[in-house]
Amino acid sequence: MADGGLPVVHEAFEADAGGDIADYVALLKPRVMFLVVFTALVGLVAAPGSMHPVLAIAALICIAVGAGAAGALNMWYDADIDSRMARTAARPVPRGKVSELEARDFGAVLGAGSVICLGLMVNWLSAALLALTIAFYVFVYTMWLKRATPQNIVIGGAAGAVPPMIGWAAATDTVSLQSFVLFLIIFIWTPPHFWALALLRTKDYARAGIPMLPVVSGPDSTRRHILIYSLILAPLGMAPALIGLGGTFYAVIASVLGALFVVFAYDCYREREGESADRAAKNLFAYSVLYLFLLFAAILVEQGFDISCLLPLPWTS
Amino acid sequence: MQDAGQERKRRQRMRSLAIAWILAALVVLFFIVTIVRLGGNVADRPL
Repeated sequence: MADGGLPVVHEAFEADAGGDIADYVALLKPRVMFLVVFTALVGLVAAPGSMHPVLAIAALICIAVGAGAAGALNMWYDADIDSRMARTAARPVPRGKVSELEARDFGAVLGAGSVICLGLMVNWLSAALLALTIAFYVFVYTMWLKRATPQNIVIGGAAGAVPPMIGWAAATDTVSLQSFVLFLIIFIWTPPHFWALALLRTKDYARAGIPMLPVVSGPDSTRRHILIYSLILAPLGMAPALIGLGGTFYAVIASVLGALFVVFAYDCYREREGESADRAAKNLFAYSVLYLFLLFAAILVEQGFDISCLLPLPWTS
Repeated sequence: MQDAGQERKRRQRMRSLAIAWILAALVVLFFIVTIVRLGGNVADRPL
């Protein structure tokens, strides 16, 4: 009690007192939530036809809450791992601000609520996709793949790639090739994005026992994988222009962004030692976020303001 | 101990208020969505 007593009492008090509002917001992973809502919005706007703005807002709220629920459930299950990693040790559960069971119940209630509300207010296809996404993220990625295989974020990335399809389904009550292409872009984007981060946090992941690619196969193999995925992503980013989702404006933006992605990935592949290697990985990670945001913003601008007709592509005119 | 009790009460109050606001927002959202989904169909119903 004399030496180790104080932290125990402190933690007991924290859990007993419950978290602040900010702790519950942190459980929802707001930054991830923003990207999910943004990509869902793009799917919704790019979809043919029109949707009442109120229903669109309701759909986006449900998708945001569903994404947050998945984040809370992830923090519940991964509390043991999170406490061992510098990047995640300050999360509410490892800090003792919110108990594990509270995080689980919070996530479960929000997850079920968001799916039911989306089904009742918008349509059941989008609700089913949202439910599938949450279930895949929690049961397949968090509980199974993350601790089992270096391909964890390759397969698990599917969960983060579905939101544009949910947005599309909310607007049209269908799943289409166009929405699947948006899914595919995020799906292929996810591995180089996370592996760039993993290169910087290899020791952290090794200490937590997570078999990320740099931990299992080493940094050189990871850099090679990053480059390969980037070479697939750059042309794939152009695909929306081929299937009518984007026009000349999008094609130009996508080609420049894709080329830059390959440049950053090649820099990361080339720089393998010391500070320059860390800097290259950091640059790639930061750029990857910007890439996805700008790519989807280009679709949003072109479809939202209908400027594709101003500069039609040869195969669409 | 008194501080801990007060802090617990403060946090409980904040959480209760947040839940109340969220429930109120949900009521408003459900009401507006219901009106939007009904649209002009209310006026067209058989009497």
